[in-house]
Amino acid sequence: MNLPNNPPELVCPAGTPAALRTAIDAGADAVYCGFQNATNARNFPGLNFTPEEMEESVDYAHKRGKKVLLALNTFPPAGQTSLWKQAVANGVRLGVDAMIVADIGVAHHIATLYPDQRLHLSVQAGAPSVEAIRYYCEEFGVKRVVLPRILSIPEIKQLKSEIPCEIETFIFGNQGLMAEGRCSLTNFVSGVSTNFDGVCSPPSDVTFYEDKNNMLCSQLGEFTIDCFSCAQGAGYPTICKGKYVAPHRDDPYYAFEEPISLNLFDLLPQMIGAGIEAFKIEGRQRSRAYIRQVVSTWRLAVDSVMQGKTIPKADLVALTEGQKETTGAFRSKKWR
Amino acid sequence: MSTKLTLGPVLFNWKAEYWRDFYFRAADEWDVDTVYVGEVICSKRSPFFEPYYGEVAERLSAAGKKAVFSTLSEIMIPRERKMTKSVCALDDYPVEANDAAALFHLRGKPHYIGQYVNTYNEDTMAHLVKNGAQHFTFPSELYAAALKTLVTEAKKLGAGSEIMVFGRAPLALSARCYHARAHNKIKDNCQFVCENDPDGMELRTVNGKAFLTINGVQTMSHTYMNLAQEVPEMMRWGLDYIRLSPHTLDMGTVIEVFQGVVQGRCEPLEAIRKIQEIDASLKFSNGFFYHKPGYLWQSAA
Repeated sequence: MNLPNNPPELVCPAGTPAALRTAIDAGADAVYCGFQNATNARNFPGLNFTPEEMEESVDYAHKRGKKVLLALNTFPPAGQTSLWKQAVANGVRLGVDAMIVADIGVAHHIATLYPDQRLHLSVQAGAPSVEAIRYYCEEFGVKRVVLPRILSIPEIKQLKSEIPCEIETFIFGNQGLMAEGRCSLTNFVSGVSTNFDGVCSPPSDVTFYEDKNNMLCSQLGEFTIDCFSCAQGAGYPTICKGKYVAPHRDDPYYAFEEPISLNLFDLLPQMIGAGIEAFKIEGRQRSRAYIRQVVSTWRLAVDSVMQGKTIPKADLVALTEGQKETTGAFRSKKWR
Repeated sequence: MSTKLTLGPVLFNWKAEYWRDFYFRAADEWDVDTVYVGEVICSKRSPFFEPYYGEVAERLSAAGKKAVFSTLSEIMIPRERKMTKSVCALDDYPVEANDAAALFHLRGKPHYIGQYVNTYNEDTMAHLVKNGAQHFTFPSELYAAALKTLVTEAKKLGAGSEIMVFGRAPLALSARCYHARAHNKIKDNCQFVCENDPDGMELRTVNGKAFLTINGVQTMSHTYMNLAQEVPEMMRWGLDYIRLSPHTLDMGTVIEVFQGVVQGRCEPLEAIRKIQEIDASLKFSNGFFYHKPGYLWQSAA
């Protein structure tokens, strides 16, 4: 296998300053995080950074030669762009290493006012084609694209030869089924938007009830998303991982996908061989213990591949949603 | 300019002749200003309709209607990239972009921006106008205050503005086909099972509540968005166009009713009653407009 000259970057999530330090200590090359508002797509209570915390975190990372990537990956609704512009100004002032953007207006604002600021294109921009990626590179000088989780490794390899920027792909964690940045399901049910409020399946709208067959049912807003027996234990209700009834099917089924997580552990050597520049772990909402275990496992795996060694076996399944894992679209186009 | 009506692109996999005849009726009988033509949802469907594109577009033009070609909303594989490039190369008709790959090809020439491009704010709109965009249809999930700002700003930028006011709301797109999945198939061997559901396949919750509609790779609302009550307010903002999204119900009546609202001949509540008369089982929603859950229906009555 051909190894790239430069080792790939391991990009890890942090929902809190403590998680950021944990991720860096566990071997992250870069950590991505956001401010405590709608300017990022994990706008949950108790998560994210104040400007002061961001400043300390950037300092912590830079002292150790690591990077901080600021997620600014939501779409400001008209009339509300000042919140995003303030976040951009703060990010520039604090010296974040890159801003991860999805909105054309936000990208335009940064590229015009702060032409030296490095830009990454968020997965929320939903750009999987040569032309879409080149559009953002040529318009705004984007240096890296975070690819949607819908391409196989040969497709990524092909894409790589035709675009003028780096590629970052997800390797582990929760995976939505809908095209990122183009899903209003949460807004349809709860009145808050993933795209402009930064929230998917808000905890405040989640309820559980027991039905007449003693099944524990999870509900988002007014809609039942799934039902579980006592033995199963109830999962968190996400619309694209719910069970529904279709006219020609006898039983409820997972119309989009079952609760499952992406895990590309076994495909890592191939992905490094394909020349992908950065690997991303999902989970800004996760605990420090999770971050420590997942990041150190992947650190060891990446280093092993780069040193031509066999990757030590690791059990990450226990940490995944529904304790089930998939290689998604990366192994085969049949996923579609 | 007074507010005009448009007919959005047919989003479902209709039989090709039915599809053609629908557009012929739009040309010959219906009082709409602009009609969008072209496959937006699935590149596999496109070959069925392509043979009729020329005929349909010419008939619309001959009837004094503006035909606009809409591009795919998701572009990934070589076939889709090629399709998009060739639609964007059209000279005789304006093209509506529904993905950034189309924006790439359309830069520097006048074009439309469809509701699958995320035009959420005035800065995005200004950037797109700089590259040649001259007309915008805004995402359905936006609420009134944001829409009002967009309509006002579009005017300042010299661009047209359009809002979808009728039809199942587009909620999500995916690389995976959920019509195929429902029939235990995948996208590559789908056998076009979606053609059996000309208004989409309804999904209910496990306790029987109507919820969503599957249209191939697209997920839509079960409810029909109906903004008849809100049209007068949008007209006060200076909105240029309202979009009606095609379904198999009597679209002629839907068009007539919305024309009545726009021209002030039909009270919005009367309009809603008339549309409900077409099909008593239709459930309406307008929640997004009020910054509430999209499925909700708020009636002024």
